[in-house]
Amino acid sequence: MSDYRVLPGPEHFLPPAAASMGICLPNPGEAHINGVIAPEEKAYEEAARQFLMAKVPTIFPGPLVLWAWNEKAAKKATAVRHLFNTLVECVQPGQKPMLIPMPDYRPKYPKINPEVEINPNHPNLTIWHNRIDCCMFIGVHCHQANLSLKIIRGGTSCYTIAMCAQAGHEDAMLSFRDASVEKIMKLADTVKRLKGTVQPRLASAKNGVSS
Amino acid sequence: MSKERIQISEDLYDIMPPDYQDLVKSATYGKEDRGWKDIGTSKELIEQHSLCAGCPESMAFRYILASLPNPEDTVMVGSTGCTSLVFPMVAVHNIHSLFGNQNAIASGLKRALSVRFPGRVKDVVVLAGDGATVDIGLDMTLQAWFRQEKFTTICFDNELYANTGGQESGLMQKGFVAKMAPVGKLFDKVRLPEIARESGCHYVINCTVSKPSLVEKVIRNAVHIAREIGPTYLQLYTPCILEIGKNSMEGLQEMRDSEKPTERFAYKEYISEPAKQLLAELAAKDKERKAAAKQLAGQASA
Repeated sequence: MSDYRVLPGPEHFLPPAAASMGICLPNPGEAHINGVIAPEEKAYEEAARQFLMAKVPTIFPGPLVLWAWNEKAAKKATAVRHLFNTLVECVQPGQKPMLIPMPDYRPKYPKINPEVEINPNHPNLTIWHNRIDCCMFIGVHCHQANLSLKIIRGGTSCYTIAMCAQAGHEDAMLSFRDASVEKIMKLADTVKRLKGTVQPRLASAKNGVSS
Repeated sequence: MSKERIQISEDLYDIMPPDYQDLVKSATYGKEDRGWKDIGTSKELIEQHSLCAGCPESMAFRYILASLPNPEDTVMVGSTGCTSLVFPMVAVHNIHSLFGNQNAIASGLKRALSVRFPGRVKDVVVLAGDGATVDIGLDMTLQAWFRQEKFTTICFDNELYANTGGQESGLMQKGFVAKMAPVGKLFDKVRLPEIARESGCHYVINCTVSKPSLVEKVIRNAVHIAREIGPTYLQLYTPCILEIGKNSMEGLQEMRDSEKPTERFAYKEYISEPAKQLLAELAAKDKERKAAAKQLAGQASA
């Protein structure tokens, strides 16, 4: 097993792909935390804890849930909204949950508006602008998610979570696989269960985000 | 993809940026007789762009995107140059190719789409500058035409390499002195429209983009002919106002001056016999459709 750990950055300008450092994807029923394979139950707890600790916990829904391609996508969108509403209910004053869309993957030069959207080609702009210290990707195609996760790890200290519908992401600090409506709802339930048990890092958050 | 599939998930509608909401609400995807007259009353398929103020290329983009007959099932292939700065803001599927490689990419893409979606009409449109089309990519451009690949090639001809400061291109006119070509062009402008005709293109147009209705007509014709018969080529003059020493508001006049009968962008067209036949059939169908619509409207009001 690799000694490399997928940790919040800023790692450096061009962080290595975690896969190239020996990080493996989890098997069904498992997840990974910092590159170490863990039972999925443990990952729910850790993800919920990270959300509750963050000053600006943020969900980045991608095109696969933002657009109602089919009934399943629409149901996932409903679950994402439920998770966000749960976060809003469960955080303490001073924490500011956000829901920022990634509607498509166009580079959008000359600029994007980081207040209202995130772009996979320069996700660090949205993270810096909103001082996001914990984020979750959901409904983003694998290639674009990997690209974004690497850029975020390279240039920010944001904690990244991937709720992946396929085999997971090595480049996230925590990754689920085979994402479904049930898994999103279970994460929301875990956040609700841990409400009040986790101390938010409000005082240190300002210094936590690299810019 | 049909417009019916382009819907935002209801629960996340409120967080979508307004330009995406507008695209779903009022863009002209799926509208059979879409055209440049929709500009101003519906959401355009181009958002903000990074071209210079007054750039005729931005006019060309707007007219072309308003005129594509089937934007929801069209893939555009771009290349390096000013156009590549615009494509990220365009709401039509597009691919950025290596400099000059655009017609090779489009060839493979068109074939792959035909295999993947045998029952659906999928259009491929190449849009590149004169450097990509006639200098760096001439090999790929010509080979695609020789092979009779069924897609449209549009060349935005600004007669130099504008994006990199004004180097000489093959389509620059003889004697022209540019910032990075101080000696002046020593040989004639490459006659690409004639080469296109001889290379097997079924519809070749040389014109400016000063008249939106003309742009609409040639784009629709080119796409329809490429879809059914074979390669088509449009050479559109989109002058670089910066590199030829004009002001922002002088682009339109520059195009009007250059399209006079004796000038190099006087309207020229070549249409092959099969293409003529197809256009006649399309015109007849269009006439029939309009007559039926008129009759229906008459019945409804009676």
